[in-house]
Parts: sequence; C-alpha cells; structure tokens
Amino acid sequence: MAHTITEKILAAHSGKKEVNPGEHIVADVDFMVANDITAPITINIIEDIKNAQIKNEQIALVPDHFTPNKDIKSAQNVKLLREFSKKHGVKYFFETGRCGVEHCMLPEMGLVGPGDLVIGADSHTCTYGALGCFSSGVGSTDLAGALLTGKIWLRVPETIKLEYSGELKEWVYGKDLILMTLKELGNVSAIYKSLEFTGSTISKLSMYQRLTMSNMAVEAGAKNGIFSPDKITEEYVKDRVKRNYKMYQSDPDAKYSKVRKFDVSNLDPQVSLPHLPSNAESVKKIGRIEIDQAFIGSCTNGWYDDLEIAAKVLKGKKVHPSTRLIIAPPTPEIYMKALRNGILEIFGEAEAVIGPPTCGPCLGGHMGILAAGERAIATTNRNFVGRMGHYDSEVYLSNPAVAAASAIAGRIVHPEEVL
Amino acid sequence: MDIIHGKVWKFGDNVDTDLIIPARYLNMTDPEELAAHLFEPIKGENFNEIVGESDIVIGGDNFGCGSSREHAPIALKASGVACVVAKTFARIFYRNSFNIGLPLIIQPEAAEDIQDGEILNINLGEGKIKNQTTSKEYSFPALEGMMIKLLENKGLISYILNEGYDSSEKRESSG
Repeated sequence: MAHTITEKILAAHSGKKEVNPGEHIVADVDFMVANDITAPITINIIEDIKNAQIKNEQIALVPDHFTPNKDIKSAQNVKLLREFSKKHGVKYFFETGRCGVEHCMLPEMGLVGPGDLVIGADSHTCTYGALGCFSSGVGSTDLAGALLTGKIWLRVPETIKLEYSGELKEWVYGKDLILMTLKELGNVSAIYKSLEFTGSTISKLSMYQRLTMSNMAVEAGAKNGIFSPDKITEEYVKDRVKRNYKMYQSDPDAKYSKVRKFDVSNLDPQVSLPHLPSNAESVKKIGRIEIDQAFIGSCTNGWYDDLEIAAKVLKGKKVHPSTRLIIAPPTPEIYMKALRNGILEIFGEAEAVIGPPTCGPCLGGHMGILAAGERAIATTNRNFVGRMGHYDSEVYLSNPAVAAASAIAGRIVHPEEVL
Repeated sequence: MDIIHGKVWKFGDNVDTDLIIPARYLNMTDPEELAAHLFEPIKGENFNEIVGESDIVIGGDNFGCGSSREHAPIALKASGVACVVAKTFARIFYRNSFNIGLPLIIQPEAAEDIQDGEILNINLGEGKIKNQTTSKEYSFPALEGMMIKLLENKGLISYILNEGYDSSEKRESSG
C-alpha cells in the first residue's frame, strides 16, 4: 500500500512493514532533547527510580530558556542538569558559552537527520521535520519514559498535504508562508495530525526557511511538520550528520486526510496580530500599529540567513527613538559568524542591543520583558496573552525584514517603506 | 476507575499553557508551588485555594495549546482538579495529562452546555457525565487502550515499570 513519509518513518521505527493512521505503535527513538525548563521534571522522575539506566548517548540536555541563569531557581535547575549529565554520562550537555537555542543547535551540530524519529520535551521539537525526519514535541514524563526504554508510544497521525506554487515576492519568506498557512488552516484543524509541506515553491526554499516553517507546525496543533528530503537537504546534512540517515519520500498515491493548494505568487509579508499565530494578515492591511520593542531571534527566525536579512534592512539606519530593538543570535556558531562578517557591527551601529544565545525574550523569561500596555513585533512563534511579559502587552509576529523595518519606523511597516 | 464528583470551573477557547501557568514560573517544579499560580492571568493569584478537591475544569476548543510544559497539568492536578472536559485538546497537553494520571474527556456538547459553578458526577468507566445541577446527562466514547492503562497505573512511568512496553508490543518481522 502507498504511504506518506511520516507513515514510512513510523513503520521503520516500530518494526512493522506498514502502519496506518489511527494505529497505536511503540516506536524506537533515535534522538531526544530537553531544556532547563522541562528536563528538571524528567530528572526528578528518573532519580526516584532505583538504579535507573538511561539512553545517555541519545539525549541532548540544552539549558537555553532561562540562561544565562536569570535567577537562583534557574541556576539550581541548570545545576541539576549539569550534575545529572555527569552522573549518567550524558554525551550532549551544553554549558553556557557553548550552548544555544536547542532547535538551532541540534540541526547545526548534525545530531538529528533525515529519516530519524526524534522527540523532545519542548513543543517546537517539530522544527527538525524540515530535514525529513519525524520529530514531535512531548512532555517531561514522556521524555523520561523514552530515556528509560528508548521507546515511545504514538498514534499514527493522518496527514494534511500542503502544496505551494508560485515565485515568492521580495521580502517574503518561509515565515510568511507558514503564517498564511496557519490563517488558512486555523489553529485547531491539524490537532493530532501531520503536515506535509510540498510543491514547486517549497523545493526552492532554503533549509533555514524550511526550518522556520516546520517550527510553527505545532501552532496549527500538528504533531509534526515534514518536508521531503532533497538536494537542499543533502547539502545541509552531508557534513553535519555523522550517523547513517535515510531519505524517505511519500508515495505519489499516498492517502491524505486533506490536500490544500496555495498560489503564493501574490503573497505579501504577513503579520500575526494578538493573540494567536493564526491571526495573520498582510502587512499592508493592518493600519498604523506603533511598537515599543522589536525582537529578532529564537528557534523560529534567528538563523544566520535571518540576521543577514535584518542587517540588509538596518544597514546605515537607526532604530526609532521610541523603540528598542533586541537581537539574540540563537547559537554561538551563528553569533560568531555574524560577528566575523560585520553583521553585529551593523546592528550595533543601528543602536540595537545584541543579546546572548537564549530563548529568554520569546517566552517572556528574561532579557526583554514587556510592561503593561506595551507592544512588540517579534520574529518568534507565539503571540499568546502575556507571552513576552505583562498580560496587557501585545505581541505581533513577522519575518525578520518586517521586524527590522518596524524597529526603524517605530511602527509595523513593509520593508519597502524604510528602504 | 473512580467516580468524579465536583464543582465546575469554566473557561473558553484556546486556553494556552501560558494562561494555565505563565512561563516565568517554570523555574519551579514543586507541584504545590506551581498550583499557587494556576490560571493566574485569568483568575489572579492563589486561585488554587478556592478550587475544591475533585473539582472539574471545562474548556472550549484547543484546551492546553502552546508549550509542552508539563507544569500545566501538574498545577491543575496539585490544585485538586480531578478531570478536564473540553471540545478539543492540544495533543501534547493531552499526552502529558494522561501521563501523570489526570483524565481528560472530549465532549463538545457538555463543554458548551455546562456552566460555571454547576455540580457534576463523572463516571470514567461508563463514559457518563451527569450534571447534578440541571439533571442533563452526556455520554462520551470509552477511552482507548493506552489511555486506560495510563490511568490504571496512575501514569506512564508506573505503567512502564509495572507492565513495560513489551507487553503491548506485537512486532512483525521488519523484512
């Protein structure tokens, strides 16, 4: 029978010839990840079990959310991760200075690759689907179960196929495709399902823009968001991934629960209005929205290419006097590349503040919190009530070009307005 | 499985995990400490003190959407919430809740009808919700195999330690 890429990966990991939507399986996990928020609960569970043995080579513990440690409780949590890693011989624990945002670190270091089954105690674990693997967010208890057994129980999801055609206009990126898609699908239609991103537009999209798209699959409720691995994938993973990887493809006659086609040739940059990522609208249709803060970074849109796009807009310009611009390159590698290539200098000259690699501002953790009544534009993935600070603050989501242009204008604008 | 008898606390659509427990409290893991901030953005501080043991939360669509933080179901359970009934649940929240032994029920009609402060009797085994205040009854489909095992074992870890995945596996030759 014909199957989707997701079904093929799940079958291969559960020792079955084929699996079908709705079926419950117990699958082998290739790699796992947890952070300084989710791992402490996992660690407490494991330390309560006498003589527990864990899969210590298949887990990355990435303290990225409240680091550099924002307070004593956060420091205690990171200490717990550090000591647990030492005690159990965890191969991948990253100390501040060598640590970045987990969903940028893992692909960058080649710890996840095509055909893998990956779970992570973080909802944006779906990011790695861009590489052609099955990757899904779980909670701390699920992660503890997988650390102990190397396995996880899963329900095989139905798949929604999304087909994009048309050439993207200037200043339009993967972020705009996914925000538009969230608007079209709504935020619940893909609950428990898989999203498969396909079409002629997608096959030309860079790996970083694909990572941005799969990162936000969870905002439609999806279990995973996956791309067919191709030459662009191969190019990205060949010098990074050290394990054997397998490039699965969906069969042409695979069954989908729904197929949606989008002609994106006329798509403008999108902005998601408060308080749902699916509240997307063209930047040209949202009227005058003044902002107090702009944030560029996160696992969604902090990639080197994103910083380069922001620099193109910010070069020789200044951030508006009534706005603050915070830029946090998400990994040390991206930070150093941006430093060497003069990108951080452009940000500094524009009077942006450059933060360390951290998730901090995106989830209202630290390093860029909003006061009551303040508004921010962010290249991140969520604009829920109080997401970046006070419950009466607002977050607007966009691509890095729109965020940079808006920081210059002091209000949300199309990049063309400031160039 | 037990009968749940308690008072209803009703919420709307898209109650995300930031509303259940804001991210700035995620530097805590102690269930009692987390419970003190349950629904803080909506209900203010120490809402847990007025939640009774075995109370029931009603949600709309997409209850528990957003982050994977298990702190959300932990805070609910530690506050005394015995069950959540909603139109739909976000999938990670759904797994997390059953994994710590907190049952969830998908019943759109009940989630629409039932009002704040009403008293319910819920029989998980029989799939019945009885609204004691209005006398209206609702049924829901029996929970699937894995969900029952998780509740019977009071969570995933006890299930793995007591029974093990191997008992549920029927492997074919991979061929």
